[in-house]
Amino acid sequence: MSTNLLIWIILSPLLGAILNGGLYFYNIKKQKISQNYFAIIGTLTPLIAFLITLSLFLRMLEEKIIFKQHLFTWLNVENLNVDMAFLGDNLSIFMSMFVTFVGWLIHIYAVGYMKGDEGFGKFFAYFNLFLASMLILVLADNPVILFIGWEGVGVCSYLLIKFYYGSKENVEAANKAFIVNRVGDFGFLLGVATLFFALGQVDLSFSSIEANLGNTTNGWLLLAGFLLFVGAMGKSAQIPLYTWLPDAMAGPTPISALIHAATMVTAGVYMVARFHFLYSGIEEIGTFIAYIGAFSALLAAIIATRQTDIKKILAYSTMSQLGYMFIAVGLGFYSSGLFHVFTHAFFKAMLFMGAGGVIIALHHEQNIFNIAKHRAILPIISATFLVGVIAISGIPPFSGFFSKDAILAAAFQEEHYVIYAIALFTAFLTAFYMFRLYFIVFVTPNGHDKEYVYTSRTITFPLLVLAIGAIGAGFLNLPSIFGGSHMVDSWLGSLNSKTITLSHSTEYILMALSVIVAALGIFIAYKKYANYDLEKPELEVGFVGRKLYVDELYDFVFVRSSKAISCFIDKVLDAKIIDAFIMKCSVGFVAIGRKVALIQNANVRFYAVFMLAGMSCIFVYLYLKLGL
Amino acid sequence: MITLSSYAFVSMILFSIGAIGVIARRNIFVIYMSLELMLNGVNLFLVTFARYHFNIEPQIISIMVISIAAAEAAIFLSIVILLFRSKKSLDTDLFTSLSQGEKR
Repeated sequence: MSTNLLIWIILSPLLGAILNGGLYFYNIKKQKISQNYFAIIGTLTPLIAFLITLSLFLRMLEEKIIFKQHLFTWLNVENLNVDMAFLGDNLSIFMSMFVTFVGWLIHIYAVGYMKGDEGFGKFFAYFNLFLASMLILVLADNPVILFIGWEGVGVCSYLLIKFYYGSKENVEAANKAFIVNRVGDFGFLLGVATLFFALGQVDLSFSSIEANLGNTTNGWLLLAGFLLFVGAMGKSAQIPLYTWLPDAMAGPTPISALIHAATMVTAGVYMVARFHFLYSGIEEIGTFIAYIGAFSALLAAIIATRQTDIKKILAYSTMSQLGYMFIAVGLGFYSSGLFHVFTHAFFKAMLFMGAGGVIIALHHEQNIFNIAKHRAILPIISATFLVGVIAISGIPPFSGFFSKDAILAAAFQEEHYVIYAIALFTAFLTAFYMFRLYFIVFVTPNGHDKEYVYTSRTITFPLLVLAIGAIGAGFLNLPSIFGGSHMVDSWLGSLNSKTITLSHSTEYILMALSVIVAALGIFIAYKKYANYDLEKPELEVGFVGRKLYVDELYDFVFVRSSKAISCFIDKVLDAKIIDAFIMKCSVGFVAIGRKVALIQNANVRFYAVFMLAGMSCIFVYLYLKLGL
Repeated sequence: MITLSSYAFVSMILFSIGAIGVIARRNIFVIYMSLELMLNGVNLFLVTFARYHFNIEPQIISIMVISIAAAEAAIFLSIVILLFRSKKSLDTDLFTSLSQGEKR
């Protein structure tokens, strides 16, 4: 019976979205209704989804079963059979646990954040739809259903980023996010198609793909693995498809928190973990993924050190952390990667919500140097923000330390020392830029406090809950050298992840190294920014400050070049060559036509000649034929 | 001796003179008269055969031809008047304005 509950994890936020959408239409067409209704529906439905997930999780703990729900056959065309089916195995239940939980907290936060906004109901309709799409993605039983969710979160992010569609900047950011994601989605779709044609199986579910992997050659699998990862590049903002992520900060802050913490951007990592059976067979692509992750992490961290917009710093840090996750899943340490997704969800959601709290308290000021000048006294936000910053910097025993350290150890153990070095250096940069942010916004003494907007309880409550998570989540996967039992690793055992088998002394050295590096970063940030003179704010200048000119490069390579090619085709190829050729061809026909037209000169006598000649011919013919 | 072939020969001459008149002349009245000549050639032929075969039907047809020619004359003359009004001439070579070719 309880397997029927699986679908309700998805349906609950989906119904919330429909209800909120309908109510919102009623709200704008007929009569105003209280925002409380939207808030109640909007926050209750994710909670229900979370509670159902929790109950399924507890049952799985007890009975060691896998939930599978087949609703109906969606497509059945010759060889292609796609079922509308959902799968609740260890991986997807683990994932949906924190997606719903963190998502729920962000919904609560959004109630406070969006209070009084005209589009309150619309916002919650989109928000619930976003969560529903993410849950479809997570619980899908085959890549095609996964793609529905994959596109669903894309559409919802588009809708939410341009939530304030009145401003051109927001709409452009939304378009950018959508278009860059489409590039990735195209890769994903091609990957699924490649799998389908390579395997030639009747059923496209994950289990049958896994069972039929042997049917094809390694080359096809490499191609499929690569194309699927192109999809992940787009969704999870890795090199080269990352440029949409910082621009997506134009949307309201709860959206940034939701996209970055629990949902959309983690989809790529989840997808690679979902296809673990594929990727563990093609280590070349895995290494490629790991390198892409490492360089994305480094690039984003470098850019983050010079940004001045509080949300953009956090956006680049997300990209950087996603790079870590891809290092892990690329090298085959799927559970380590997912564990970092898990801990990251807590502290990143908290950081974004804290940033949002600061922004709203200071009337939408996002430049960190200006924030410091007008800094208000925000004790809860300040404290939780510190927790988040420590966690992301990797200071024990906060959660980020354990998850990041597992990834560093994994890279070291696999003897990818380049990746290890990059990741370690990125850890240093992470500590530096996160504490730069913290010191400037909350510590520098020479700002003058000004009036601020009261932060409501719906804003501070989720922060406190997440702070507990950010501190404690690491203990769920405590490594054995601290007497832990790798709870997350063993829960995700079905993924066949590699595990850390380094000797304890090596592991201690690696840990010490990463802590030293993080402490060094914090120290430099402290020296430079703890007493920073805010009269001379840093500007986004120079090579790094301008985000390494990647946007300009893309503009040049893709936008301008295709425009130039179009112009060339229009002005030269089409007008001068193709049109000229076609027109030359038609000249002969025109000439013949003119000659023929001479006969039709409307001269009555001329026509009469022809008429008589024709009649004479007929008579002669009849005479000869009939012998009259 | 006036035989059947004599009548036929005369009617053929009449028809041919009419046809040449239609083709060769430019004055639209002359063309009309030539047309009448052609019709008369045919009528003569029909009457001849009616007598030859002792059958009344060809004669009926020839009477119909005469009556239709009379009706036609009325329409033809009015058309000629209209054409003359627009071109101030009776030369058929000028009446080419319905042609799709270039105007002369």
